[in-house]
Amino acid sequence: MVFLEFEKPLESLYEQLENLKEVGEKGDIDVSDKIKELENKIKSERKEIYSSLTGWQKVQLSRHPERPYSLFYIREMFKKFTELHGDRYFKDDKAIVGGLANLDGQTVVVIGHQKGVNTKMRQYRNFGMANPEGYRKALRLMKMAERFDYPVICLIDTPGAFPGLEAEERGQAEAIARNLFEMARLRVPIVCAVIGEGASGGAIGIGLGDRVFMLENTWYSVISPESCSSILWRSWDYKEQAAEALKLTADHMLDFKLIDGIIKEPLGGAHNSPEEMAKTLKKHLKKEVAELMEMTPDERISLRVEKYSRMGQYDTLKKKVAVKSK
Amino acid sequence: MGWFRRLKDGITTKTVNKKDAPDGVWYKCKKCKEASTTKEFKENFYKCPKCNAHARIGSEDYFDLIFDGKYTELFDDLVSKDFLSFTDLKPYDKRLEVAKKKTGLLDAMTVATGKTNKKSLTIAAMDFSFIGGSMGSVVGEKIAKAIDYSIENRTAFMIISKSGGARMMESAFSLMQMAKTSVKLAQLADAKLPYFSFMTDPTTGGVTASFAMLGDINFAEPEALIGFAGPRVIRETIKQDLPEGFQTSEFLLDHGFLDFIVDRKDLKQKIGDLVCYF
Ligand SMILES: [Zn+2]
Repeated sequence: MVFLEFEKPLESLYEQLENLKEVGEKGDIDVSDKIKELENKIKSERKEIYSSLTGWQKVQLSRHPERPYSLFYIREMFKKFTELHGDRYFKDDKAIVGGLANLDGQTVVVIGHQKGVNTKMRQYRNFGMANPEGYRKALRLMKMAERFDYPVICLIDTPGAFPGLEAEERGQAEAIARNLFEMARLRVPIVCAVIGEGASGGAIGIGLGDRVFMLENTWYSVISPESCSSILWRSWDYKEQAAEALKLTADHMLDFKLIDGIIKEPLGGAHNSPEEMAKTLKKHLKKEVAELMEMTPDERISLRVEKYSRMGQYDTLKKKVAVKSK
Repeated sequence: MGWFRRLKDGITTKTVNKKDAPDGVWYKCKKCKEASTTKEFKENFYKCPKCNAHARIGSEDYFDLIFDGKYTELFDDLVSKDFLSFTDLKPYDKRLEVAKKKTGLLDAMTVATGKTNKKSLTIAAMDFSFIGGSMGSVVGEKIAKAIDYSIENRTAFMIISKSGGARMMESAFSLMQMAKTSVKLAQLADAKLPYFSFMTDPTTGGVTASFAMLGDINFAEPEALIGFAGPRVIRETIKQDLPEGFQTSEFLLDHGFLDFIVDRKDLKQKIGDLVCYF
């Protein structure tokens, strides 16, 4: 079990619990009441900790090493899944996975950022940082969904698009921009969920949709708190402040109407009960997909355009101020 | 009034709104380090008379250069606000105040409509001098409104990009402008109106990864920095030096992301040609 900094009080309780269980196994003393008591204590302590998480703590949770990634959810949620590879131009990006899946009888196209579960796999998945071919693979699959009238589900979990030399050569910016343009008018439903990290262009590159959700302990921002700290504070030490200032948590995002809803996580975060999390996520996706399928493509697209057109906060000057002479 | 018009009209007084333009009698080129007179430099379209390096100019300068005489500024009543009460080393509303005072602009985007080569054209042009040309809600909204205007009045549409990327102080609102502007450009495409994307130094980050790369025609000034990630970030990621000319206009042309590169002295002619095809 991995305990994050703010979970430290839980760690000692768990140790006590382990010790107690050992004593119990020896069979001399009946400790079952004590165990129950301790388990309740852990539960209430956890509730307490999790009821008032800061932005930075949620960022840490979103990156928890035991947190479930896209392929876990895909395997849990769908009866069948056939992974499809490659962008048909250059290669297969391992940081974005996708394919055809069966959602209780409905064929869907599912796409998601994928992080690695151990050191070797993290390298293999490039830490969930996609190259242009990842975004182009995603677009290829979305266009296929459009051709056959299948809804698209996107799972977002990336620390950003890969900032590499070859990524630039092959047009990282163009690949993301093209996806935004095509997703804006894709004629089938698009439902997105941030399941971990939602960092900037790398996230929104598969994140424009009719409905966009965030799991409770995830974040979505134009920049990571670390990079924001380094640029605006000119030091890496202000990540906590940056995380607060960026207002990057799900509740802020919903409050700003930049997302359509929050999906509750099990107590202690998604990693504490991954199967339960997958069940909840599936229930949400199914409901949203079914609702969106009731609409015509034109209705969906015009609502999509309206939704994104509304995003922005600015003032309108009452009286024109003469700021320049022409 | 921008300097091109003043030049045409023989006006030599300082502009009120001089933006990135240098003062003084001498201009020292940042690239070749050679000195020229400011007059020579200005008459050469703010390019170094010695090595042709294009210096940064402002939105109004481009309007004066591209439009046939008069043009109308649109949506000049939109101003940024510190919706998130964002404070880093300085509060965002202070930064806005300083930027407004320094530039005489209300934000990093100005929209104008007029004629070029006798054809209607609406231009949204960015100013780097305003918080690094960063994209916040006002930049996105002005693009959205400019596209609505283009569709309503059946004009061609052009964006002149010049931006360091997102405006961090607007956090996710800034990020969502990528989606918003792309959604609006899709509407423009459906209306069968052409979109010219003109990239100038620098065009990076979320601006490149949304509207800048989505032109029906993509073109750029020579030697402009154009990319997604900044060169410093890439260097730190790959832990090696970047090849010479990496992320320049010439590099992008060679890799297939630009249709052509245009010298500022030929810009009006080139755009005049383009609008006639559509
Ligand atoms: Zn020079």
